[in-house]
Amino acid sequence: MSNVETLPGRGGFGRLFGRMTTTVRLSLSKLSREPLGMLGFIVLALLIVIAIFAPWIAPYSPTAQNLPNALQAPSWTHWAGTDEFGRDILSRLIHGTRITIQTVLAVTLIVGPVGLIVGVVAGFVGGRTDAILMRATDIVLSFPSLILALAFAAAMGAGLQTAIIAISLTGWPPIARLARAEALVVRNTDYVAAARLYGASPLRVLFLYIAPMCIPSVVVRLTLNMAGIILTAAALGFLGLGAQPPAPEWGAMISNGRKFMLDYWWVAVMPGLAILITSLAFNLVGDALRDLLDPRHVRS
Amino acid sequence: MKEFNFKELGQRFVQLLVSLFILLLVTFVIGRVLPTDPVGAIVGELADPAAFEAMRQRLGLDLPLYQQFWIYVTSLLHGDMGTAILTGNPVTQDLASAFPATLELATLAVIISTVVGVPLGMAAALYRDTLVDQIARVVSLVGHSIPVFWFGIVGLVIFYAGLSWVGGPGRVDIYLEGLVEPRTGLLLVDSLLAGDMEVFWNAISHIILPACILAYSAMAYITRMTRSFTLEQLNQDYVTAARAKGVSSAGIVIGHILPNISVQLVTILAISYGGLLEGAVVTEIVFSWPGIGQYMTNALMIGDMNAVLASTLIIGLIFMLLNFVADLAYVFLDPRTREATS
Repeated sequence: MSNVETLPGRGGFGRLFGRMTTTVRLSLSKLSREPLGMLGFIVLALLIVIAIFAPWIAPYSPTAQNLPNALQAPSWTHWAGTDEFGRDILSRLIHGTRITIQTVLAVTLIVGPVGLIVGVVAGFVGGRTDAILMRATDIVLSFPSLILALAFAAAMGAGLQTAIIAISLTGWPPIARLARAEALVVRNTDYVAAARLYGASPLRVLFLYIAPMCIPSVVVRLTLNMAGIILTAAALGFLGLGAQPPAPEWGAMISNGRKFMLDYWWVAVMPGLAILITSLAFNLVGDALRDLLDPRHVRS
Repeated sequence: MKEFNFKELGQRFVQLLVSLFILLLVTFVIGRVLPTDPVGAIVGELADPAAFEAMRQRLGLDLPLYQQFWIYVTSLLHGDMGTAILTGNPVTQDLASAFPATLELATLAVIISTVVGVPLGMAAALYRDTLVDQIARVVSLVGHSIPVFWFGIVGLVIFYAGLSWVGGPGRVDIYLEGLVEPRTGLLLVDSLLAGDMEVFWNAISHIILPACILAYSAMAYITRMTRSFTLEQLNQDYVTAARAKGVSSAGIVIGHILPNISVQLVTILAISYGGLLEGAVVTEIVFSWPGIGQYMTNALMIGDMNAVLASTLIIGLIFMLLNFVADLAYVFLDPRTREATS
């Protein structure tokens, strides 16, 4: 009966897995009735495909200059027109997708785990640890994030990496709060009590029994955050503190196009549309995910 | 108000002080510890070692960090934020002259977003799942997704360059600049005080577009929150009772729901106001608005850390004070939470 020993853990995972497949199945059937959410998913999937295959999709080079061709209005040869160096704006936008997706992923990969760990530890351990961690969270939450990111980027020197760190610095508190609230609920459930009775160490309980249950809502929150990350990153790029030229960063492209906005509107307008569409897609997906994955919504 | 909770107030206040201290610490680290070569940034890379060392001592960089921090804090408390490279003035003086422009812009924006956002949110809740609700949803969804600086550019191209409905960048047309004596620094107020209606209307035509654009992002948040607050109230028994009595929809919203959500509204309005001050930074660039945002960005471009840090501090301070006010409103104005905490 060596089986029995591993049963609680396996049971936990089995249940989790079962729940996940059920959720995914329910989600897909619900999603088909949510046209806007579906649209968001499709746009997002397209963006990811574009980001991966950018060099093969883009009709021209994103950096090759062609001065006789400068500032051409949108046409069949250049769908989004050309900028002041004659570079094809559409190709630059396509390559810029990579920078945007990369920024969003990097910030999320920093902010998600940090927020999750801070929140889950605070909620699980409780007492003074909880008080200290949550005070720290509240304090960071009360900082003006864009301004601090500006100051940080100014001190560290402009660049994509600095921008990513600057955005992450103030991005984790909402995740931590959410994870804590979830952990407070989960730590009192029967299966956690059972795991404890079985002699599971606190760390094991924390990481294998409590943290996984907080992940769905954290993922939803992260997705909703992504739209905000895109906007902040674009703002930093617009101020010249993001990826440096000639990298086709969307915010920097807008800042560049500003100089010609009255005569050659497309240079500034096109990258803005790209930002708008991308963050709109993230918001739609986030909303849809919240309706689908949030247990409270599922129950009602 | 006899059960006014001083202990709670004290706790919040201590928390505010701790936050401010940490903000000071963060700006200190950003300004003095992170930059690899703050001396080189001032004297230039080719300066001879003696000049380098002299500057290092003048800046106090040879002292231990905690002493440097102490000097930083005490000089801040004396209102000394150093000298700005760009203008050659004390940073405090620059900020004092730039701040009213930002304040004017953000205040008008918060008024616009409240006046439009709150009724829209309430209507969306009241007529749930109808066209109004859908419109409110799209408005707030786009508001959460649109880059405000880009929206400003598009607005300028359409309403200024295309239709000439509004004034261009800046606070007034150049020929009207400096005509009104700056008493409060708020141009709209100053021109009214001076009775100069030409300047007033010109200033209105300049501020209206940036204020609306700035207001839109805040409005997205205010609309969504008002909608969910109102929805919560609509399920309450007292609403049903009022309906049964025959109170009209408008009567229910104004007479019954509004008082009940007013505290929550104050909270989110205070938070949006803070967000608007931040949003003003990028908006000001687009509209050449001579506020703190533009001041800070210009300083960023030439690496003038004194000016950057001072702007960060001042915006951070106001942001935190607004958060504090929002907290207080929540704890002290609402009879429900007041009873719960006492």
